[in-house]
Amino acid sequence: MSRRPLVRECPPTTWYFRQPRYLRYMSREITSIFVGAYCVLLVVALQRLAAGPAAWEAFLLGLRSADSIVFHLLALAAASYHAATWFNATQKAMPVQIGEDFVPGNLISGAHYVAWAVLSVVILYLAGVF
Amino acid sequence: MAKSHKPVVWFPFAAGGTVIAFFIPVIVFLTFLAALGHVPAGLSYERMHAFAGSGLGKLIIFGVVSLSLWSSAHRLRCTCFDFGLRADTLAATVLYIGAIVGSLLSAVYLLQI
Repeated sequence: MSRRPLVRECPPTTWYFRQPRYLRYMSREITSIFVGAYCVLLVVALQRLAAGPAAWEAFLLGLRSADSIVFHLLALAAASYHAATWFNATQKAMPVQIGEDFVPGNLISGAHYVAWAVLSVVILYLAGVF
Repeated sequence: MAKSHKPVVWFPFAAGGTVIAFFIPVIVFLTFLAALGHVPAGLSYERMHAFAGSGLGKLIIFGVVSLSLWSSAHRLRCTCFDFGLRADTLAATVLYIGAIVGSLLSAVYLLQI
């Protein structure tokens, strides 16, 4: 008797159009492209900083283009979406139990949002934005 | 006992995901301001050089950049697979080597400051 396992058809490149939740998953996946590209920009920035004042000023001036503004907007949206989904997942990834009861999930995610907001304001303050 | 290399990949991935979530949006916003032509005072050469010149500054910058790179590499590997690229070993090799090279380069640049 030959073994004939059930092989479910799964189109490798279009599977995520089948379900809205798959699309949401993939929309989170593609944020990694912009975050990854931005990380490369950070390494370039370090190289420019190490190369001296003139190189650093030229780097900052080089950021001022329409392409750069569009890229920054996409990266900002991607990084924020990553952050929000990451914090939403914390309550599932690390539930906290006190005695018999679990701490409400929204409290865990909420604490992360508060910490995110405080940290961002502190960094903006240290960077002299306000 | 069977050993798995997964924790080695996973720990920096999870740490990097947290670092990206907390730090990258605000850092992107800072360079976005620079892209608009309003360079924040903290991004001047003197302030950045002083920050990256201190031991703590080097440690923070290296931690943020290398963990973010590693986490992004791991996520890009999964993204490649999900979009139908089945050459997983190739994608993993290229992306992880890229993350390691990027981390080493940032360490070298930081030590030059």
